[in-house]
Amino acid sequence: MKGLPSFKHGVHPPENKDITSGIASKRFPFPKEVILPLSQHIGTPAKALVKAGDHVERGDVIAEAAGFISSTVHATAAGTVKSIELWPHPNGLMVPSIRITVDQSSSQMRRNRMVPRWQDVKDEDLSKEIAKAGIVGLGGAAFPSHVKLCPPEDQPVELLIINGSECEPYLTSDHRVMLEQPEMVYEGIRIELKALGITRCVIGIENNKPDAIEMMRKTRPADLDAKIQPLTVKYPQGAEKMLIKAVMGREVPSGALPSAIGAMVQNVATAANVAAVFQTGHPLIERIMTVSGRGIRRPGNWKIPFGTKLRDVIEHCGGMTDDTVEILFGGPMMGQAISDLDVPVLKGTGGILVLTKDECKRQDILPCIRCGKCLEACPIFLNPQWMKDLAKAERFEELVEEAHLNDCMLCGCCSFICPSNIPLSQYFAMSKTQLRRLPKS
Amino acid sequence: MTEKTKVIITASPHVRSPDSTTKIMWSVVISLLPVIASSIYFFGPSAILVIIASVAGCLITERMFGSNPGSVADGSAMITGLLLGLCLPPGFPLWMAFLGGVFGMGFGKLIYGGLGQNIFNPALVGRAFLQAAFPVAITTWPSGTQHWWNLQGDNFALPFMTPRPDTVTAATPLGNLKFGDDPVATPILDLLLGTINGSVGETSAVLILLGGIYLAVRGHLNWHIPVSIFVTTFVVSGLFYVIGISQFSPWFMLFSGGLMLGAWYMATDMVTSPLSTKGCWLFGFGIGLLTVIIRIWGGLPEGVMYSILLMNALVPFINRVTQPRLFGTSKKKKEAGE
Ligand code: SF4
Ligand code: SF4
Repeated sequence: MKGLPSFKHGVHPPENKDITSGIASKRFPFPKEVILPLSQHIGTPAKALVKAGDHVERGDVIAEAAGFISSTVHATAAGTVKSIELWPHPNGLMVPSIRITVDQSSSQMRRNRMVPRWQDVKDEDLSKEIAKAGIVGLGGAAFPSHVKLCPPEDQPVELLIINGSECEPYLTSDHRVMLEQPEMVYEGIRIELKALGITRCVIGIENNKPDAIEMMRKTRPADLDAKIQPLTVKYPQGAEKMLIKAVMGREVPSGALPSAIGAMVQNVATAANVAAVFQTGHPLIERIMTVSGRGIRRPGNWKIPFGTKLRDVIEHCGGMTDDTVEILFGGPMMGQAISDLDVPVLKGTGGILVLTKDECKRQDILPCIRCGKCLEACPIFLNPQWMKDLAKAERFEELVEEAHLNDCMLCGCCSFICPSNIPLSQYFAMSKTQLRRLPKS
Repeated sequence: MTEKTKVIITASPHVRSPDSTTKIMWSVVISLLPVIASSIYFFGPSAILVIIASVAGCLITERMFGSNPGSVADGSAMITGLLLGLCLPPGFPLWMAFLGGVFGMGFGKLIYGGLGQNIFNPALVGRAFLQAAFPVAITTWPSGTQHWWNLQGDNFALPFMTPRPDTVTAATPLGNLKFGDDPVATPILDLLLGTINGSVGETSAVLILLGGIYLAVRGHLNWHIPVSIFVTTFVVSGLFYVIGISQFSPWFMLFSGGLMLGAWYMATDMVTSPLSTKGCWLFGFGIGLLTVIIRIWGGLPEGVMYSILLMNALVPFINRVTQPRLFGTSKKKKEAGE
């Protein structure tokens, strides 16, 4: 592993990827009902276009994007709209959502839509097609992809970086995408390169996936300027800034976008889905999700339609063991704990983890012993030890101005490493929320 | 609509590194066991009696005045007690050792609010207190006894009674070289193995080194600090030796007195050392430099204790000037922006 590019600091949580990395993805059966929240991710909520009683086909637009940073919602299964009501969202809030009773007699075949060949679309119009298909970043933050594909005019992108690092423990969905659909990833890369008007791309893959590196090397088209870069296995290698540092050796300036140094990062699964849009005209309505953890009886990788309830996923995967203590959407480092089994899986849900007591041991919180381990773990070079004191004292001005809270990406390295189990990143998340609520002065 | 599930909701991250503060503390205790064993081998029952007395002083004080009744279990009071015991002379009166533990714990740690809050290493606070209160007893080094089981000096002296005057004393290697009538340097091999005079646990450099390396490998000790101290001590004292200002050879400097124990176990006390690696280099440099200066020019044969305490006081300052550089900014830009 020595000699591979990486970034400074970071941590090495137990990987636990072997639970599912060898399991090929399978289609998940259609549930009885799907729940599609009008705000699935970052950005303005979409506007509903259907009402109760309407019949919808799989892939129909049922809510339209409202604003630039917003994305379209599509029906993920054919059926009848039951209602539009408040429903629990993975973020813990109640959100207006479209409930669709799935038509059990439907074949759920998708009508192929008329789409232009991507080669024939003008470069600048490609991102519009991508927006129409509701594509968002599948790496976790679910940021609408078309926004990323339109960087600020004065910051032209020169290098496309494809993120295949998948640094969160347990998750293997990106790994499976690279093994199962490498041609789709390359097709997606071509489209994104065209949309950006550039030719160079680097695919960064953590070195714990030698088979994926091998597969991507083997299937690389000769005419594509794509470099495959194995990376040191370290969390959070997949964070944008860390990946760019590893691949380009440069730091994204504090407070700036990656385009400030001419880079753009897209996840491998996102690229594969961009390709699918132009092959079939199908919007983004399902994705491969890893269902894992020692608490689930039948772990695996599944292509699950968005809106499927957590309850249905767990049931289909054999149910939970008795010592289950925690259910997560996403990985164990940044994932969201879920307590309500009615919550639907969404575009940003890369994995569903059912963890047992042994996997996420809770320990008592002890006083800070000023060991400095959190400083040596923070990939952004912050001082979590000091920041937690400021956050506790609610000295927000210093926290932002001097301790640079805004640069904290809540990666959790500091909390992971703290021997006294102080929930450092939790303090920072709460401070950020509180600051957002405060009136801007 | 929704049913109650038994799962819990906590904030991310949902997994934690296996190292805990309690584990770190107790592994420090374990790594000290060989040193303690060797001290019993060299000094007989007196050694363990002194250690027990100072440990008792620390544990009782922590239990009585600690932040919560369970705080004894975190192991930090145990470490303080052991370290204090190890840096006292083997013939030290037990009541004084006990008092040293009480003082170090009370005024070195608990008065600041307990674990993590103190500025000075509590074991050294206890030791400094004893040095000030009982300057004679703490520099009384027995000259070895006839039998292993004989007590070294007057362990059972009653409080506030002068120890029996008939104890035969001998100089430590450092004292000998500095203040002795006939200064000869003790062979380095003797210093390494510990077949010399000195405090209970300061004599066997090899075992302290091994214990320290064990902790460093496990990530329970910041190796930058001892390395920085050793390099500084060696280079600075070597320089003075070569130009003829000091009679201490650099090797002698490294392996004599409390430097090994101080550098590996007291300077690395996480609470009282700097946060960042850069800060730790600075901290170690300061300790090394001060130790050499005190040893050569000070009125005392030993300078490690005061060097560490002095540098402890500077830690908040060191932390301030060694704030990490924010990712995506350059040093120059930051200065220009201010
Ligand atoms: S959560 Fe924030 S402070 Fe903690 S390691 Fe990550 S970036 Fe640094
Ligand atoms: S890792 Fe935890 S105990 Fe260590 S300095 Fe940071 S906050 Fe304090």
